[in-house]
Amino acid sequence: MAELQLKSYRFRAEREGDWRRLEALLAKVGRGSAKSLSDEELLAMPVLYRQALSSLSVARATSLDQSLVDYLESLSSRAYFFVYGTRSTLGERVSGFFAREWPAAARALWRETLVSFLLTLAGVIAAYFLTRHDPDWFSAFVPGDLANGRGPSASTEAMRATLYDNNGGKGLSVFAAFLFTHNSGVAIFAFALGFAFCLPTAMLMAYNGCMLGAFLAAFAMRGLGFEAGGWLAIHGVTELSAVILAGAAGLRIGWTLAFPGDLSRPAAMAQAGRQAATLMGGVVVMLFCAGILEGVGRQTIQNDFARYGVALATLILWPVYLYMPRGAGAGR
Amino acid sequence: MKRPRPQTAAGAMTASPSGTPQPLERSLITPEGVDLRLRLGEVSERAGAVLIDLLIMLGVLIVASLITALGFIGARGKGGDVMAVIWLLVFFLLRNLYFVLFELTPRAATPGKRAMGLRVAARNGGRLTADAIFARNAMREIELYLPLSFLIANGDQVGAWISLAGLVWCGVFLLFPLFNRNKLRVGDLVAGTWVVKAPVRRLVPDLVQTSRPSDNRFVFSQAQVDAYGVKELHVLEDVLRRYEIKTVALVAARIRLKIGWRASPDESDGDFLAAYYAALRGRLETRLLLGKRRKDKFDQS
Repeated sequence: MAELQLKSYRFRAEREGDWRRLEALLAKVGRGSAKSLSDEELLAMPVLYRQALSSLSVARATSLDQSLVDYLESLSSRAYFFVYGTRSTLGERVSGFFAREWPAAARALWRETLVSFLLTLAGVIAAYFLTRHDPDWFSAFVPGDLANGRGPSASTEAMRATLYDNNGGKGLSVFAAFLFTHNSGVAIFAFALGFAFCLPTAMLMAYNGCMLGAFLAAFAMRGLGFEAGGWLAIHGVTELSAVILAGAAGLRIGWTLAFPGDLSRPAAMAQAGRQAATLMGGVVVMLFCAGILEGVGRQTIQNDFARYGVALATLILWPVYLYMPRGAGAGR
Repeated sequence: MKRPRPQTAAGAMTASPSGTPQPLERSLITPEGVDLRLRLGEVSERAGAVLIDLLIMLGVLIVASLITALGFIGARGKGGDVMAVIWLLVFFLLRNLYFVLFELTPRAATPGKRAMGLRVAARNGGRLTADAIFARNAMREIELYLPLSFLIANGDQVGAWISLAGLVWCGVFLLFPLFNRNKLRVGDLVAGTWVVKAPVRRLVPDLVQTSRPSDNRFVFSQAQVDAYGVKELHVLEDVLRRYEIKTVALVAARIRLKIGWRASPDESDGDFLAAYYAALRGRLETRLLLGKRRKDKFDQS
């Protein structure tokens, strides 16, 4: 009979055992981690993978059994993703991130960081002088729910109270958690908006600076500038750095989209996106620290000098951590 | 899958030679030099995957809310702070880390993607790195959460119009995958990834072996097995695997007519098709070994 002479059938009968074995190994990996394989199985995997690939080539060239070719394609792809995929554990990835990737990304994006910093600074200065000149500007820069009763219309005593109010020790951690989630949302937003050719991110950076400037001006007009500085700086150094870095990441994305350089646009985007995203991971970590400092540190530390001390420590620690291996840091 | 449906299967035996276009097939050459021919995930499948993931997140959030509410009541209102912190952190972790952590696992897919048989892969065929996963998911902020927040924003006065404008603007990002060849999200573009199908297929028995007729009465002439090409063979394979009685009868009748086969009274359609499949495949594979792949019945090579 004809089927007894079918070479494709004999081919399949000879190799089926190896395919099944590879399939069983892949299923085992799928259930657990790569560690669930014994040494022997781990060594067998690449061999079986190459056999499957060679079977696929042969099957494509000689067999017209569509289901067999489909099966081998699926099996080879799954094995490929295992053999050439990531094998590091989550822990290794996390430690690699803190040890190398995050500082490297921060250094690589120093130009964008500088631009982002200058935009924020410009916002601060502009809003500060505008508000000093005409207090009505305050409400233009600071939305009502964030002002929270502070502003040119409030009394000096009320303003002072907001700086040292510890809410009777209640709700501190809630406040911290809220601030953290809120701020990281804003930062990721600044990053994602960079995709629209930098402009929204640049505006967000400048506006963020404006809010800060207006706040400072409102307190400075009451002679509370020094105290307000301590109130802001204890967490603000960390938080503002984080937002500036997020802005830098967004700027890199938008800039690469507009001017991809030597690479093709998708390739350049992919490269820039990965670098920027690494930095964003770090930004979220920084915002977590800032949230804790703001919600807990600021409410429990009521002394101005202690507040400035913490601020100074963060001002030194972050740049040292991020930029040290290459010496003095670029502007932040 | 890409194969024609059974209803059109009979038609494909006679219809015009359109070939089988695979617009979503992309080549991925392994270091060993074999093209894996990956298929990209359909936009509909990916939308389904996101929907499943959102539902899971919503479910977890509801459970977390219930637990914190119960804890709050249990502590007679004293542990309110702790509960609120836990709730906020759960919300944050879900929103920002759900996708990232699942895609960092070896299967590179969230539960939704797994259910739809999808996985994330690097576009250049290399390793899928952690920064790429973070990048593609950070962009969800403008693709997914921003439109969602505009949708659920309470429209007061001008707010409604601003929300509408925002929604339209977000639509550009939301619908981005529909308007590029590789079905990339903005996040995929930024991260250099794409979403491919990673179906787990079973090795089904070879038709030549399983449905072999018991006797030897099917002997086809050279001209009879030269009636069709590879495309028709695959359609026939599909018909035989599904084995829907009506389609089988229809296809068998059409093939008998085409090759001029006179059926004996007790001949079953299934046996005839199985025998013809084996004969046709044998003939075509022999020619394949000699370097001739007859595409379809119009191919006169």
